[in-house]
Amino acid sequence: MSGRDTVLGKIRASMRVSGPDAERKAAVASRLRDTPTGVIPARADLPAAGQQELFCAMAAQFGASVARVNDYREVAAEVSAYLRAHNLPAEIRIGADPRLKDAGWDLEKNLELRHGASDGGDLAGVSHAMAGIAETGTLALLSGPDNPTTINFLPEHHIVVLRESDIKGDMESVWAMLREQKGKGVMPRALNLVTGPSRSGDIEQTIILGAHGPRALHIVVVA
Amino acid sequence: MQLAAKHFKASASKALLDAQLQKALGNVEKGFIGKRQKAADALPEFDALRDNARDIKNHVLAHLDLYLEEYERNVVAAGGHVHWAETAEDARRIVLDICQKANARTVTKGKSMITEEIALNDHLTANGIEPVETDLGEYIIQLRGEYPSHIIAPAVHLNKDQVEGDFRRVHTHLPEGRDLSEPVALLSEAREVLRKRYFAADVGITGANFLIAETGTSVIVTNEGNGDLTQTLGKVHVVVASIEKIVPTLEDTAQILRVLARSATGQDMSVYTTFSTGPKRPDDPDGPGEYHVVLLDNGRSAMLGTEYQDMLRCIRCGACMNHCPVYHAVGGHAYGSVYPGPMGAVLTPSLNGIEETGQLPNASTFCGRCEAVCPMRIPLPKMMRHWREREFERNLTPLTSRYGIRAWAFFAKRPRLYRLAVSFGMPVLSLLGGKSRRLHSLPFAGGWTRHRDLPAPEGRTFLQEWAQREALKQGSGH
Ligand code: SF4
Repeated sequence: MSGRDTVLGKIRASMRVSGPDAERKAAVASRLRDTPTGVIPARADLPAAGQQELFCAMAAQFGASVARVNDYREVAAEVSAYLRAHNLPAEIRIGADPRLKDAGWDLEKNLELRHGASDGGDLAGVSHAMAGIAETGTLALLSGPDNPTTINFLPEHHIVVLRESDIKGDMESVWAMLREQKGKGVMPRALNLVTGPSRSGDIEQTIILGAHGPRALHIVVVA
Repeated sequence: MQLAAKHFKASASKALLDAQLQKALGNVEKGFIGKRQKAADALPEFDALRDNARDIKNHVLAHLDLYLEEYERNVVAAGGHVHWAETAEDARRIVLDICQKANARTVTKGKSMITEEIALNDHLTANGIEPVETDLGEYIIQLRGEYPSHIIAPAVHLNKDQVEGDFRRVHTHLPEGRDLSEPVALLSEAREVLRKRYFAADVGITGANFLIAETGTSVIVTNEGNGDLTQTLGKVHVVVASIEKIVPTLEDTAQILRVLARSATGQDMSVYTTFSTGPKRPDDPDGPGEYHVVLLDNGRSAMLGTEYQDMLRCIRCGACMNHCPVYHAVGGHAYGSVYPGPMGAVLTPSLNGIEETGQLPNASTFCGRCEAVCPMRIPLPKMMRHWREREFERNLTPLTSRYGIRAWAFFAKRPRLYRLAVSFGMPVLSLLGGKSRRLHSLPFAGGWTRHRDLPAPEGRTFLQEWAQREALKQGSGH
C-alpha cells in the first residue's frame, strides 16, 4: 500500500468513516465554495480615507517609514531622497511592474536602475505592492517578473510603492482582490504579507531590527 | 534528538541549579507574557477569534481526509509534488531522496519543529549532506550541538555571552578582536555568515504553519526573513508538515493568523507571512524550480477520535509554555523531548507512547494558565490528567506512590481511621524534624525528599487545628 493510502486509511479508521460519506463531502464542498469569513475586527471598518490613515499609522508602529506622494511621477524623487538620507549609493534593484514604468525616473538622472531578480548585491530594492492591509499595516506583494520575490528579502533597504486606492481594511478584502485578478482557488507562486522590517528576538528575547531580510522598510503611498 | 523524558526529574533538578539557565529563563516571562496581554487587550474581538479558530480546526479534524485530498489536488495542479509519510523514518527517507536527486551537498533550513521531530539533520548529515539552520536561534543551537528548548524561541535558554563564545569558536575566519558585546553585532555576524550559505544551498527546507486546501498553498510565518531566503534561493523547496496543519480556505487562515502572532510574540502580525504555491512559473525570475510537500502522520491519525484529538488543534504558538510555572523553573531541555511545556506534556506521550514519557504529564501544577492563554482553547490540564490516569492504570507509576495512593484511598473512605492514623503520624514526623523543622529523607517518599526537603509538621493535624480554632471561635462568641 502507498504511504498515501495508509495515512488516509488510518485517518478514516480512527474516525470510523465508511460508506459513501455524502454528508461530510457536502460540508467540505460548501466550505470551499462559500469561503465563509468569520470574525473581522471592527478596527479597520472605516471609510477609505480612515483606512489609509490607519494603514500608515500601523505600518509606522511596526517599524516601517511611510511617505505619501501625489502622483507616480513623484516616486523617483522620493526614492532618491530616501537613498540620500540614508547615505546609500544612487542605485536600486527593480522589477518590470508597468505601474512603475513612468515613475519619474527620467527626472533623476543620477539614479541607476538595475532590473530583474536581486543577486544579493543590492543595497536598495523597489517593489510595487498589490495591496495594503490597514488592520495591521501589512503590505501584500505578489511574485513574478513585475516584482521578483528576491527584492523583498535580499536588499538592506526595501522601498515599496503602494497605490492609495489599494489600501483595504482587512486580509479578507485582499483575498477578494486576488480571486478577482487570478480566479478562485488560484494563487501566485508567492504572496508575501510584510509587516515592518525583519527582526529577531532570539538573543535574550531582545528585539533587534534587521535580521536576514531588510533592515529598513520604506513605504511610498501614491494618491 | 534522543528521547530523554524518563529523566525529567533528574534533569529538572539539574536545571534548577544551573545559574546560566536560570538567568536566561528570566527572559521568558519578560519577553512574552506582557506582550501577549497587550496585543490581546488591543483587539476586542480576540476571544471571539479564538472561538472561531477552535471551531475551524474542529471542522478540519472532522473532515481531515477530505481536506487532505483537496489540498493534494491543488498542489499538483500548481505543479508541486505531495509525498505521504506514515512515520518519521518514511519522512526522512523521502526528504533524503529528494535531496539526492537534486545532487545536494548543502541544504538550508528555515525554522521547523517538524524536522526536529523526525531528526532530519542527523539523517542528512549521516548521508553526506550538510544541513544549515538559518533562523538565528536555530543556528546558535546547531553550533552548540543542542536542540531547541522552546518551540518558537529555540535558544531562549542561552545568554548573550554564551552566543558570543560560540561565534568566536566557530567563525574563525573573522578578526579575533572584533566587538561582539552587543546583540546587534551578533545578529549582523550571523547575517553575513548565512548570506553565503543561502546562495550555495541546493535545497531549502521549511516547515509550514498552515496548508490551505482551497489553493494548495503552504504558509510560513516568521520574523527574520530566513525562511523566505531558504525557500526562494534553493533550486528545490521542500516543505515538511504534519497532516493537521490543514486549513480549508484563505479566510480560515486569516482567522487563525489573527490569534497566532498575538499569542506567540504579542505582535499583531509577524513580519513575514508567506503563501507559497508550487514551483517557479514560466515567467518567474526567481523561486525554486521544484516544490515538494512531505505530509507527515507519525502518530497523529491515531489521536483522532480519542480524548487527545483536541491537541491536534495546536498551532505551535508557544503561549502555553510561556505562561507555565514549571517551564519557567526548569526550561525546555529538562523535558527531554522535542516538544516541551504543557503542549509537549500532552503531545509527546501521544507520539512516543506513555511508557517512556510518563513523567511529562506530571510536570504540572495544574494552575490552568496554559489553557487560559491557548488561542486554540485546547484543554491542556484535562488531557494531562487523562495521561496521568492512563499511566496509573498501566501501573507505570512507581510502586511506592501507587501504594501510597492506595493506602490513602483506604483511609479516605474511613475518616475515623484516617484521623486516628495521622494523629499518630504527625507527632512522629514532628519529632523527626528536629530543630531545623525540615525532613531530609523519609521512607517511601524518596521521590519527594531527593529533590527538596519536606517541612516537618508542627505536630498537629489540619483537622485538629481546625477543630481547635472552631472551638476558640465558639468560645469567644463569634
Ligand atoms: S497548545 Fe495552545 S498555547 Fe500551546 S502551543 Fe499549542 S496552540 Fe499554542
